[in-house]
Amino acid sequence: MLKNRIIPCLDVKNGRVVKGINFVDLQDAGDPVEQAKIYSDGGADEICFLDITASNENRDTIYDVVERTSKKCFVPLTVGGGVRGVEDINKLLNCGADKVSINTAAVQNPEVVLESSKKFGSQCIVVAIDAKKNGDKWEIFTHGGRNNTGIDAIEFAKKMEDSGAGELLVTSMDRDGTQVGYDIELMSKISSKVNIPVIASGGVGNLDHLVDGIKLGKASAVLAASIFHYGKHSVKEAKEYLDSKGIPVRI
Amino acid sequence: MNVTIVDYNSGNISSVINSFKEVAKDKVNIEVTSDLNKIKSSDKVVLPGQGSFKSCVDALNNISGLVDTLNEFAINNKKPLLGICVGLQMFADIGYEETETKGLGWISGKVLKIDNQNGKYKLPHIGWNQINILKDSKIFKDIENNSHMYFVHSYEFVPEDKNVISSTTDYSSNIVCSVEKDNIFGTQFHPEKSDKTGLKIINNFISL
Repeated sequence: MLKNRIIPCLDVKNGRVVKGINFVDLQDAGDPVEQAKIYSDGGADEICFLDITASNENRDTIYDVVERTSKKCFVPLTVGGGVRGVEDINKLLNCGADKVSINTAAVQNPEVVLESSKKFGSQCIVVAIDAKKNGDKWEIFTHGGRNNTGIDAIEFAKKMEDSGAGELLVTSMDRDGTQVGYDIELMSKISSKVNIPVIASGGVGNLDHLVDGIKLGKASAVLAASIFHYGKHSVKEAKEYLDSKGIPVRI
Repeated sequence: MNVTIVDYNSGNISSVINSFKEVAKDKVNIEVTSDLNKIKSSDKVVLPGQGSFKSCVDALNNISGLVDTLNEFAINNKKPLLGICVGLQMFADIGYEETETKGLGWISGKVLKIDNQNGKYKLPHIGWNQINILKDSKIFKDIENNSHMYFVHSYEFVPEDKNVISSTTDYSSNIVCSVEKDNIFGTQFHPEKSDKTGLKIINNFISL
């Protein structure tokens, strides 16, 4: 039976982890590679890096991070943030990323998804959808949640599937950083609309939220950042909790 | 000993390279090349494959003499070869992804889209699933039955002779997830992304 995945996400800026696990035995708590290794040793099903480097001159720092991580972690590695087109995807994959997530570029130019999934295969193309509720629908935001495009998130999700996306990473901008739980309605609406796996993101504050994301949100995988930071919960604890609630996980 | 990972522009092979180098340490030399002479003289060959069946077959055919060299290596000289993901699928006679495409024909069979039972099963089949080991494959030495492996694919290899199947996994139906025929090995899952268990399989292949 296929297991639901738990994916810890690390925000990386200028090659350093912004918020991370604060374990005493870490030699360099800011090093994304060390943090990723802790997660993969702890049973993470995948690792996700979100590059939030703002300045162009430091953009290349993520390539070094990916290269070093892929030599130490032997679980899938997804990298997103600032991916503009085929050339960026090619570079990240060559450095050892297994999947690349595309956000703003996919909205501005959906051809990027079509082109890159043809070139590299759907298996490595994740489309990241940042959505915010507006009345009775959800609208797509780009540029790290700053720009409202007015595009309907659920229609867009279907379009991305048709363009060759292998997975969708759906983040609720209303919930992100709030720790009150995923936007279950958004997740389940998108998951029911498409036949590709959906990764739920944004708003996890406790382990029950992960359960809800899978059971109610119908997500194939759950992504979380802050609950795994500062040792609040380990990936192992999260998996054991999901298992106790009858959710299939890899233990 | 030399193990060659065939680099034929089949997409992203960095993870395959990293995992083999991790396992090989200094004991085994890992070559990454499409050089025909280097392939011929190596002891073992790894055939990775990402993207579609058609794109991988096209990429193999684009390198003049590569298919002949692989045939000589695996069929005539019977040296160990491991196909991963689409690398395994290409053992088949024929594949149906994008369009009907002829495979290497090493193991009779077809590569078909997984039956998603009208949307009941999401495709691609992405994530960790357990393997049901059906026969004592050499690459499964010390691998426990029901171990978790990492999968990402939408098509499955359906061989004519079921005796070549060394394990299956349950997704929609019992999907073939590894084969062994004499010196030819293949995994549908990604040992290079399957953590310690996957590295052990790579080690088993290197140690053959």
